[in-house]
Amino acid sequence: MAVLNKEQREVLLDPLVNNNPIALQVLGICSALAVTTKMETALVMCLAVTAVTMGSSFAISVLRNNIPSSIRIIVQLSVIASFVILTDQILQAYMYDVSKQLSVFVGLIITNCIVMGRAEAYAMANGPIMSALDGLGNGLGYSIVLISVAFFRELFGSGSLMGITLLQPVTQGGWYTPNGLMVLSPGAFFLIGIFIWALRTWKPEQVEES
Amino acid sequence: MQHNTTYIFAFATVVCAVCATMISVSAVGLRAKQDYNREIDRKKSVLMAARLVGDNDALTAEQVEEKFGSIRQVVVDLETGERSDMDPAQYDPATAGVIHPAANPAQIMEMPAKVMIYEVMDGDKVSMLVLPIFGKGLWGTLYGYLALDRDLQTIRGITYYKHKETPGLGGEVENPRWKSLWPGRKAYNENGDVAITVVKGQAGTVEEDPHHVDGLSGATITSRGVTNMLHFWLGEPGFKSFLHNYEPNRSA
Repeated sequence: MAVLNKEQREVLLDPLVNNNPIALQVLGICSALAVTTKMETALVMCLAVTAVTMGSSFAISVLRNNIPSSIRIIVQLSVIASFVILTDQILQAYMYDVSKQLSVFVGLIITNCIVMGRAEAYAMANGPIMSALDGLGNGLGYSIVLISVAFFRELFGSGSLMGITLLQPVTQGGWYTPNGLMVLSPGAFFLIGIFIWALRTWKPEQVEES
Repeated sequence: MQHNTTYIFAFATVVCAVCATMISVSAVGLRAKQDYNREIDRKKSVLMAARLVGDNDALTAEQVEEKFGSIRQVVVDLETGERSDMDPAQYDPATAGVIHPAANPAQIMEMPAKVMIYEVMDGDKVSMLVLPIFGKGLWGTLYGYLALDRDLQTIRGITYYKHKETPGLGGEVENPRWKSLWPGRKAYNENGDVAITVVKGQAGTVEEDPHHVDGLSGATITSRGVTNMLHFWLGEPGFKSFLHNYEPNRSA
């Protein structure tokens, strides 16, 4: 990490644990519930969100001094939407099977509060390199939660990881009875809740004052 | 930051133009590849229904094309139950016309007037027919293919390529073990009525219980949806009259 100075390192690494967009800011929950039944879809979704957050934060930061404040939200949205459509097109062309499974959720990255939130809160006030790092960091923070949720959901819900069967389910002639809760959205809620609980036990300063 | 109105309009216009250009270029540039992916995906589903491709086989596009080489595409006119003389390469579901069938348990409100079916060839003889099917499940419409033997009676396989059923419950229509229960079952009974039914619980072996298939546990509505759509498509509104007139031995 010698290429980054201390400030840059903080912007990149802070969202992973200390200021995680899902666990602390509780943003982007919708897609965290929807695309985490399998590791593969979760990974591709993480890549897509990270790419969009990074790209749009960078682009908006480059424009930040020229964006008229009266139309800044719609300008941010246009930039973000363009990146999302571009990502969707690329997925459909090069990862067709996964894009079929992700279906509308790629398009819905536009409404993912993390992307818009970082653009408005950070990119509008900081330089392009820092904003790109901030976008990358938040994308990775989102990814950590998504991937850990998907890990448990796929393992206990389908008995497999990345599509490779580890616990042979009874429906395929094995011994493991898949946990039906894990494949349904509430299963993700419980897992995210447990994740937040574990994180706040480890880092008590994240607990909100009651 | 304060800007005058002219600047705001100019800025908005430039942003729109740049974004639109970027999206158009990507859409146009990648379209050929996307269409090709969709085409390969359709062909792969047909091959899976005919069980010429296994459920977990990872095939390259070239391998799919090669296996698809033994398959003849035919356009069927569902209104007349006849083969259409339309060139299959020109077939486009969007312009195929629409039929509004009478109220039916499969809840199909409209269906294309012409559909593409597939003849799997063994040398110059037809060995099976693959028919497109769709109908309502629990959350939405299930789309799939049903493979029938050249005796037009024996099911050779079924596959669903698009559905919104719950993973682990109705989503088990994709389960290879469930799909492997289908080959050998009989679509029609002695009177020529559609008999194939997904039952609650377990069905017998193919020999003892040829008209029944195991239900999907925890997915009664999806199971019923599968039965309903098979009754629809194998019945009068669907392919029954076409199958009745069908001669497996006629040449192209």
